[in-house]
Amino acid sequence: MALATDNTQGMSWHRTATSRFLDKGFFWLTAAFGIGVGIILLAIAFQVGRDAIPSIQKFGLGFLTATRWNPVEDIYGAWTQIYGTLVTSFMALLLAVPVGVGVAIVLSEDFLPPRLQKPLVFMVELLAAIPSVVYGLWGIFVLAPLLQGPAMWFYKTFAGVPVLGSLFSTPPTGRGVYIAGIILAIMILPIISAISRDALVAVPLELRQAAYGLGASRWETLFRVIIPAAFSGIVGGVMLALGRAMGETMAVTMLIGNSSNPSPSLFAQGSTISSLLANQFAEADGLQVSSLMYAALVLFGLTLLVNILAELLVSRVKLKM
Amino acid sequence: MTPNLESALQTDTVFRTDNLDIYYGSFKAVRDVTMEIPKNAITAFIGPSGCGKSTVIRCFNRLNDLIKSFHIDGKIFYKGQDLYASDVDPVEVRRQIGMVFQKPNPFPKSIYDNIAFGPRLLGYKGDMDELVERSIKSAALWDDVKDKLKSLGTDLSGGQQQRLCIARAIAVQPDVILMDEPCAALDPISTLKVEDLLQELKENYTIVIVTHNMQQASRSSDYTAFFNVQANEKGQRTGYIVEYDRTEVIFQSPKHKATQEYVSGRFG
Ligand SMILES: Nc1ncnc2c1ncn2[C@@H]1O[C@H](COP(=O)(O)OP(=O)(O)O)[C@@H](O)[C@H]1O
Ligand SMILES: [Mg+2]
Repeated sequence: MALATDNTQGMSWHRTATSRFLDKGFFWLTAAFGIGVGIILLAIAFQVGRDAIPSIQKFGLGFLTATRWNPVEDIYGAWTQIYGTLVTSFMALLLAVPVGVGVAIVLSEDFLPPRLQKPLVFMVELLAAIPSVVYGLWGIFVLAPLLQGPAMWFYKTFAGVPVLGSLFSTPPTGRGVYIAGIILAIMILPIISAISRDALVAVPLELRQAAYGLGASRWETLFRVIIPAAFSGIVGGVMLALGRAMGETMAVTMLIGNSSNPSPSLFAQGSTISSLLANQFAEADGLQVSSLMYAALVLFGLTLLVNILAELLVSRVKLKM
Repeated sequence: MTPNLESALQTDTVFRTDNLDIYYGSFKAVRDVTMEIPKNAITAFIGPSGCGKSTVIRCFNRLNDLIKSFHIDGKIFYKGQDLYASDVDPVEVRRQIGMVFQKPNPFPKSIYDNIAFGPRLLGYKGDMDELVERSIKSAALWDDVKDKLKSLGTDLSGGQQQRLCIARAIAVQPDVILMDEPCAALDPISTLKVEDLLQELKENYTIVIVTHNMQQASRSSDYTAFFNVQANEKGQRTGYIVEYDRTEVIFQSPKHKATQEYVSGRFG
């Protein structure tokens, strides 16, 4: 008995006040940060929503489908910009997902000797560090001239094709939706490949061994086990990239042409919601500001929608596997 | 090799190794393995950690090929065929020689898809539902999972996961099942279930099992190889087989003192 009491005293069951205070303090600090982020998000949404009210009252949901953005007559509709946002982002994904996931696979398997692989991984990540205005400049001076020839060929070859031809129905100029889409693809490539690579590398070695042990080849292992196991991580990367593509402003504004004329053609000059905001906010007042806020709200909503769809996709696929 | 072992082995030999040395780079992990593994029996590998049991068992299905620095000297024959001959496809080998690992490693897929994984790889044309059911039943797991074949294999308990992995290995109808400490991560009751399962499986399969558990080796196996490890002058610790014989001989009348000490728990 005596021994037992001695023991408890010796082992100091009681933590010091400082230690307990730190524990509690840490909890409240992190809780405050977490709640703070939520509050900031709600505050922005609230502010934007409030400022958009006059425009919402005037144009209603028709704002989403009307193609006229006319500050002179004070009539606003954002379809051209919504279309521009969706098309450039979709084009960016279409180009960047296969390449980005491919890069991630090459850099996660042991295809390359480590001495080559490590610098490559680093360089891909460095792509994400280039400021977007530099991408814009590079697009103007390098990419646009380079694409002029191929774009012209596309225009001449496909413009007459029914349905699909409408995507190529105007002659390409030095600016346009397609250049913005391609520059976006390059900008989001490192996001997709870096996050996908992390997801692939994180798949436990045991799963790989299990597949090999059942007589799967390297490719079967990769496509039936490793990629499915990393799928939610890859989708997460793609969604982050899509969010970036939809919100990217500077490079797109420099390259897209900033035209509010509706056209389905990729070669036409156009605008996105972000480029519209960047272009017009400085000189806007009254209903125009309110309409810009409305457009911002739409972008907000689009991003949210994309994220919800991604969540649904991931949970669906998880159940199926 | 001892005479009584030889006569037992005359029945049928699945693996035969001939002066096998196994290296990781310049490090000789195991030396001089010369042994025969008989058909439809359970052969246990015992010995202290790091003596190369896993290394040897992974040679039998060429899983070590995944390790770049790995290479062997000497030969391993599987039913008379040189397993490491240049025209042997390791993927083909692993389809005939299944493996169960120390840590249960079900795929993050449904129970059904875990079992169907191997047969699908092989392009199995028969009744998949029937094959899945049969495989799960042979792994004594049917009653646990028959109502939830669509739920995730990774949601099962550790013992159930390990039996799922055994079922998954059985589903490709291999000749041999290699098990590397299959019960190391299991509770005693799950362990007993797996041991019972071993006895049923040996009717149809040849089993090689690495175990740290002396009782498991003496209870379950027909033959036992005792591995030990010895440091050379450069400090490299190389494993080797001290003694390989019928399990009762290893546990009751071993020829080597080291074996005697190890199986009685005075060592390692
Ligand atoms: N992939 C590897 N690369 C280098 N050395 C290894 C590797 N795997 C195992 N070894 C070494 O080989 C020896 C035998 O290991 P192992 O076969 O795992 O022993 P056991 O399974 O008997 O505990 C150990 O010294 C271990 O460090
Ligand atoms: Mg081991």
